[in-house]
Amino acid sequence: MHGFANPARFLRIARWLMPLCMGAGIVVAAAALGWGLFEAPAERLQGETVRIVYLHVPAAWLGMAGWMGIAAASFSELVWRHPLAGIASRACAVPGALFTAVCLVTGSLWGRPAWGTWWVWDGRLTSMLVLLFLYFGWMALSQASEASDGGHNKAPAIFGLVGAVNIPIIHYSVTWWNSLHQPPSITMGSSAMSADFLVPLLSAMLGFTLIFAGVVLARMRAILADQQAEARLRRKALSEAEF
Amino acid sequence: MREAMDPWTFVIASYAIGVGATAAMIAWSLLSMKRAEKRRDEARKR
Repeated sequence: MHGFANPARFLRIARWLMPLCMGAGIVVAAAALGWGLFEAPAERLQGETVRIVYLHVPAAWLGMAGWMGIAAASFSELVWRHPLAGIASRACAVPGALFTAVCLVTGSLWGRPAWGTWWVWDGRLTSMLVLLFLYFGWMALSQASEASDGGHNKAPAIFGLVGAVNIPIIHYSVTWWNSLHQPPSITMGSSAMSADFLVPLLSAMLGFTLIFAGVVLARMRAILADQQAEARLRRKALSEAEF
Repeated sequence: MREAMDPWTFVIASYAIGVGATAAMIAWSLLSMKRAEKRRDEARKR
């Protein structure tokens, strides 16, 4: 990982990796969603509403993956002072928050016909809403620390690590507490789903994950370029002030 | 009495929101990256 600590080396890799992830992700996600919408069968109990799963589950996974990315980058920033860790955290925040919001909205649209209600305050839904508020809090803290201390404040990294406590709570909420939400259908090495639903679902998860990776790389390039432009303009202003 | 609901209304709304939000995020991330890299290149030329 320390091999990527050099921003110039990272940029060389990101220049070809970002369009590759983004392009492949768009193709795979579009194919999986088309498959889920037009080819996959309706489910015996849920009927046509099961098609929402091809968007809802990847969004839930990426909402949590975004925060795991922030936590891993925060750990790397605090322990090894990795120069790109803070940039990676900032790049994960917006796509992570967006997918969390998409998960909540599509879950609500699924819940109305399936459960007869838009929302219930149970463990899974509430802990997912808490994740969205954690993202908002983290973004506000990161922006404030950047404005006050040039981005060298440790507070967002500590917040990123502490907030990761919510991830296992989201995951195990359906087994710890009674919930309208169904228990996990896919676990490590096994699945309770038929291949008719599982294959387009896993394809959609792969496609959206590649899109997420592409967006994070594009955000990292943007933040790095902004920092380099700022540094260049500041150096120029200082050298002009000296003469 | 259970009210009759068309499931496709919910499916289409979900896809419109999910796909629309993802497309907007891709466009925003690419545009902000292009703008930032152009600004850096202009700063280097000065």
